Amino acid sequence: MRSDRSASFSLKLAAGLGLLFLHLPILLIFVYAFTTEEKSYQWPPPGLTTQWFAIAWNRPDVWAALGLSVKVASIATLIALALGTLCAAAVSQTRFFGREAISLLVVLPIALPGIITGIALRSAFSLLDIPFSVWTIVLGHATFCVVVVYNNAVARFRRTSGSLIEASMDLGADGFQTFRHVVLPNIGTALLAGGMLAFALSFDEVIVTTFTGGQQSTLPIWMLEELIRPRQRPVTNVVAMVVVLVTFLPILAAYYLTRDGDQIAGGGK
Amino acid sequence: MTAAVEFQNVSRHFGQVRAVDGVNLAIAPGEFFAMLGPSGSGKTTCLRLIAGFEQPTGGSVRIFGDAVEGVPPYRRNVNTVFQDYALFPHLSILDNVAYGLMVKGVDKATRLRQAEEALELVKLPGYGARRPGQLSGGQRQRVALARALVNKPKVLLLDEPLGALDLKLREQMQEELKSLQRALGITFVFVTHDQGEALSMADRVAVFNNGNIVHEGTPEDIYKRPKQRFVADFVGSSNVIAPDVMTRLGGEKRWASLRPEAIRVRPAGEGVAATVQQSSFLGAVNRLLVEAGGTRLHVMLPADQPVPAIGTTIGLGWVGSDIHYMDDAS
Repeated sequence: MRSDRSASFSLKLAAGLGLLFLHLPILLIFVYAFTTEEKSYQWPPPGLTTQWFAIAWNRPDVWAALGLSVKVASIATLIALALGTLCAAAVSQTRFFGREAISLLVVLPIALPGIITGIALRSAFSLLDIPFSVWTIVLGHATFCVVVVYNNAVARFRRTSGSLIEASMDLGADGFQTFRHVVLPNIGTALLAGGMLAFALSFDEVIVTTFTGGQQSTLPIWMLEELIRPRQRPVTNVVAMVVVLVTFLPILAAYYLTRDGDQIAGGGK
Repeated sequence: MTAAVEFQNVSRHFGQVRAVDGVNLAIAPGEFFAMLGPSGSGKTTCLRLIAGFEQPTGGSVRIFGDAVEGVPPYRRNVNTVFQDYALFPHLSILDNVAYGLMVKGVDKATRLRQAEEALELVKLPGYGARRPGQLSGGQRQRVALARALVNKPKVLLLDEPLGALDLKLREQMQEELKSLQRALGITFVFVTHDQGEALSMADRVAVFNNGNIVHEGTPEDIYKRPKQRFVADFVGSSNVIAPDVMTRLGGEKRWASLRPEAIRVRPAGEGVAATVQQSSFLGAVNRLLVEAGGTRLHVMLPADQPVPAIGTTIGLGWVGSDIHYMDDAS
């Protein structure tokens, strides 16, 4: 959308300041990754160095935390993809008693504060004598990852005409063939976008993880712990910088994929 | 002879709603059969019972003699042309048409050749590479037809297939569907709420109301000798006359229908006296709205006859055999 008149100077200034306010702190993180001062964040940096990259690379606790985060996020995303798609299909394609209630209950975990979800899961796990492990973290993350996939899938299902599935069955395709040849191509990009978002959400989750994790530290938990320590602070910034760069790419990809998906869906109208 | 489609006392209830309620029906092989009725009359549910998207809650549906209860849509040798066409937006036109053959495991060369032939049949040769979104409504309709016909169904089901087209295209498609059906010899079951469409295309028509068939017969039968007031009202412009008015007009005390073109305009003083209230020019005829015996009647006046002025009194006459008495209780 483009307005005919150009915006006034004060509006441009306000918009510029707003964007600076949002993004300047991220740039600061990048700058501190190169500082020579390791005990406190001092501005301006007394000197610049790249030694923290080498130090971070050689620290096993960084790799352990990163590995755990990738593992948890991957498994939670896979669970979310399976359950979220099934649930979205049921809610959008059929009519049954309690459909609206289920729709609400599925979305609830993302509306609930993470601390409530965390406490609830922790007390449930201890009640059932389930020891804290990678899997309890995965379960905790899956509660909100399912929502993201479900929301994406349900929106795409609603735009996909229900008669497409009937048409496929009418032409001789059984349930599996219909899913493979009709449903999946029509919701594929929505699932990819939902999956990437779920992965990103799980990757930086702190609150639920603190309640459902045992001794293991995911990457964000590791960062929190590092901030309290007096030494080698810039290592945290190095890791943060890498995480920003690495997560930025899938989010960008998800953005472009869903945009194309909209065009395909709109083209069928 | 085995019927192509047979309904034996078939019901489909959704909770308290009796969408289809004890329908008996036999459609002959090669017949062009129309299910006509207002929305909610059960005609579409009957079509879905044949396709297999609905299962009867009572009675039995047979397709060429075989009971099909519990047989899923993908194992029935019937195909459907959907109201919204339901073309797959992610597939090309050729892949859309070849879909049924693809899922049956027909090899690629054969299925693409047959799909191209089907596109030629519906007069869309060379459109295979396009996407559904690039076609007009009429073209998409033809693709939907080709996609169903390529499977060589024993029965083709059409769910209001012409509803979304404009008038001219609709008339053209009516003729094409009719000639296609004659050429292929496939049984067509056609659902519509447009009585003109049903009467002009079908060999036989079933008029639906409240989940049941109220009249089944040839288009002429339905038009000239409606069994019930509902049929006369729904099917056409026929004058439906109440029993007490019939007695005043010199007939039996029963519900009757009298077609507007059967009424002759005569000079005042002859026949039944009537007052002209309105006249409309319809091209080949003028349609008069007159008041006679306490009721309003439509009269079709051939264009070569003089149109009486509004407010004047005229006489009306008809042959006794043109009065058709209906089954409704008086």
